[in-house]
Amino acid sequence: MIDYETLRLLWWLILGVLLIGFAIMDGFDFGVAALLRVLGHNDEERRVLLETVEPVWEGNQVWFILGGGAVFAAWPFVYAVAFSGLYVAMFLLLVAFILRPVGFSYRNKLNDPRWRNAWDWVLTVSGLVPMLIFGVAFGNLFLGLPFRLDAEMRMTYEGGFFGLLSPFAVLSGLVSIAMLLAHGASYAAFKADESLAERSGRVARIAALAYIVFYLLAGAWLAFGLPGYAIVSAVNGNAPSNPLLKQVAIQGHWFAGYAAHPAFWLAPLAALVGAVGSIVLISARKYFAGFLASSLVCAGTILSAGFALFPFLMPSSLDPNSSLTVFDASSSQTTLGIMLVVVIIFLPIVLAYTSWVYRVLRGRVTLEHIKHHLGY
Amino acid sequence: MIDNEVVTLSRLQFALTALYHFLFVPLTLGLSWMLAIMEAVYVMTGREIWKRMTQFWGVLFGINFAMGVATGVTMEFQFGTNWAYYSHYVGDVFGTPLAIEGLMAFFLEATLIGLFFFGWDRLSRVKHLLVTTFLALGTNLSALWILIANAWMQNPVGAEFNLDTMRMEVTSFATVAFNPVAQSKFVHTVSAGYVLGAMFVLSISAWYLLKGRNIEFAKRSMTVAASFGLASALSVVVLGDESGYTVSENQKMKLAAIEAMWDTEKPPAAFTAFGFPDVAERKTHFAIHIPWVMGIIGTRSLDGVLPGINQLVEEAAQRIENGRIAYAAMQRLRADRNDTQARADFDAHKKDLGYALLLRKVVADPAHATPADVQTAANSTIPNVPVLFWAFRIMVGCGFYFIALFGYSFWLASKRQLDRHRWYLKLALYSLPLPWVAIELGWIVAEYGRQPWAIEGVLPTALGVSSVSAGQVLFSLCGFVIFYTALAVVDGVLMAKYARRGPDGLGISPEVKPSLGAAS
Repeated sequence: MIDYETLRLLWWLILGVLLIGFAIMDGFDFGVAALLRVLGHNDEERRVLLETVEPVWEGNQVWFILGGGAVFAAWPFVYAVAFSGLYVAMFLLLVAFILRPVGFSYRNKLNDPRWRNAWDWVLTVSGLVPMLIFGVAFGNLFLGLPFRLDAEMRMTYEGGFFGLLSPFAVLSGLVSIAMLLAHGASYAAFKADESLAERSGRVARIAALAYIVFYLLAGAWLAFGLPGYAIVSAVNGNAPSNPLLKQVAIQGHWFAGYAAHPAFWLAPLAALVGAVGSIVLISARKYFAGFLASSLVCAGTILSAGFALFPFLMPSSLDPNSSLTVFDASSSQTTLGIMLVVVIIFLPIVLAYTSWVYRVLRGRVTLEHIKHHLGY
Repeated sequence: MIDNEVVTLSRLQFALTALYHFLFVPLTLGLSWMLAIMEAVYVMTGREIWKRMTQFWGVLFGINFAMGVATGVTMEFQFGTNWAYYSHYVGDVFGTPLAIEGLMAFFLEATLIGLFFFGWDRLSRVKHLLVTTFLALGTNLSALWILIANAWMQNPVGAEFNLDTMRMEVTSFATVAFNPVAQSKFVHTVSAGYVLGAMFVLSISAWYLLKGRNIEFAKRSMTVAASFGLASALSVVVLGDESGYTVSENQKMKLAAIEAMWDTEKPPAAFTAFGFPDVAERKTHFAIHIPWVMGIIGTRSLDGVLPGINQLVEEAAQRIENGRIAYAAMQRLRADRNDTQARADFDAHKKDLGYALLLRKVVADPAHATPADVQTAANSTIPNVPVLFWAFRIMVGCGFYFIALFGYSFWLASKRQLDRHRWYLKLALYSLPLPWVAIELGWIVAEYGRQPWAIEGVLPTALGVSSVSAGQVLFSLCGFVIFYTALAVVDGVLMAKYARRGPDGLGISPEVKPSLGAAS
């Protein structure tokens, strides 16, 4: 059996993989939904855009569901604290996740322009809301969340919804929005009708540029404007999961991990190279390569944030000792071991049939094709 | 002390969202296999009408599937948002089947559903049939893992309380996965879904026959529905009985409440077919008993004893006393980890620790509970008897009705006389809501009947809530009610509209063969 500490580190990586999978796969359909009215100027164009994501969004959404399930199984403390603490934000997120599927499948079911227009707005909002909430939530991790645990591990949270919208968190939300709008637009650029590629590419480049500005700004703020968190007691990676057995101080800055592990710098580097690369590639009409570059942006951004936080998962601003870390917020060694086996067996299978589906569906969705559809 | 308002609102929200989600999932379970059956006939015979049947029922399947997915998201996250302490306390055990469900089953069905709609022109016949089959398999595997998680709430095996982490942890995952309750629940629940799928096809087809439309299409659909429905209706009743037997082994209180059996009877116990349970007097008025039946169903023997509610309450009081010893030992151990006497006390009584937690709803500190408090807590282990009594009986009545209806449909189908009696077609049409009624009542029997426990004998529901305010839960509850009502209206309108337009109105007819591309 693998030792507890290694299992925890592996599960921290798997969490990262799932988040990246979610951002890349579900991210582009958030982006397309949010930009539906910007990229599609009439009903036919919008139907083309929608059909680029319609056959795949359900599978993509499972990255989110699976993320929830995996956090529940592997990091039950995080599952409990994050979702109950951010109660109202979670509710808004769920509403978006409920409306989006319904919007995708119901919009084309009736031919009434008012019906379709209403669902277009629903899709726009339900694409934007998750981007914003995920970004804001990530930003708040760096600020610490106002929760504490009591001796029975019952969590209390002393903060409201609007407390989440501090300037740094909003900036982080903008990073997320710019990143996923660029991602969605570059997907549309290689997947939708040729005539939409120019328009989509332009939006993708503008969003990517905005991303670079916001990301650098957030990095600078993190380096110079925010204190970091550090475990000041001895860390035992094999101890039982009890967050109250350690001491945490608010000191230094969030780049301490980068100083200790220079390889971490590859993550923000990948994010920026990806962003610049996607602008260059899209300008050269290499749309698919541009999409790959924007996928690299998603991966680099999430990794760079995860590396900065390490070993913290959810710092607590109210009672730093209650902070959840990789070494004290996991499930038991047995559960982590079983789940690791399950992931090793099934994740490759999932990736295999997902890529098969995308191969079957390859090629642009053309206006010509849409015209021959019945529209339901 | 627990904020009871938060508990009540959180329970209400959970029940509403779960019942709502459970309107769509069983139809997905049943309809997916029927699509696979119809398409298999198409692939084997090459006759276009079977392809059109697959496509038409597929459109309705798609409308329903989207609702299942949308409302399922809420379920996956609601444990975290509203049941945070529950999530901490049992996440080590309960989270695993949910995560496996996502990875093994939900990914499969959700990834393939796109190809079901968009793959007709892109895949060979056999490949498309494989997609449909794996889609059906995915939905059913999904139910399996969800019910493994649910069965652990009913019968928490393979786990133990860990003092260092203050939560339940897995000791044997195989025991959790092969929980006998999970198996009987799985077969009972999916059969119920198959009955619903069959009724859905039967009723709508009957309507076409009544209107004289899509005759060949409707007759064939009804034939599939009749045979699939009969097999499913038989299995839902037989396997429901198996489910009753497994309940009797570990949830004696639930069984006694369903039966309104206030006192232990001399075996074999009688089945109360009818009566009015009176909670205050703990009596059932005007009871009609059928001798022996309950003892045989519940114990599979003539001499097995099924305890009554009053005896189970006494037992609960004793377990609460034992649990208090474990609870007190736990406090001592927290102060001094090396207290060997406390460790011994804890180990001797830890299986009743959950019962001590029942006191937390009555007194702030279980150490200071009076005998009256203990009695109050013991009485709280009785679920809502009249609701369970009636919900169960209506559900079972529906079950027998389905056997009769599908049996008759099967007979008519084999005689090729499905369109002979208008009264039969009307009966088939108006029976449409009944499987939903039975399914929702089944949920109520299983989950409302589990109260006051979230995890039977381990964690009382009231203790599982999040530390959120009643206002927040009220906000989300109202939000869900508004959104879900709006969605239900939209879903109902679309379903009815598409069913009414029918395969002829939708252009799924022999002359034109359009791609059903945009129909997801």
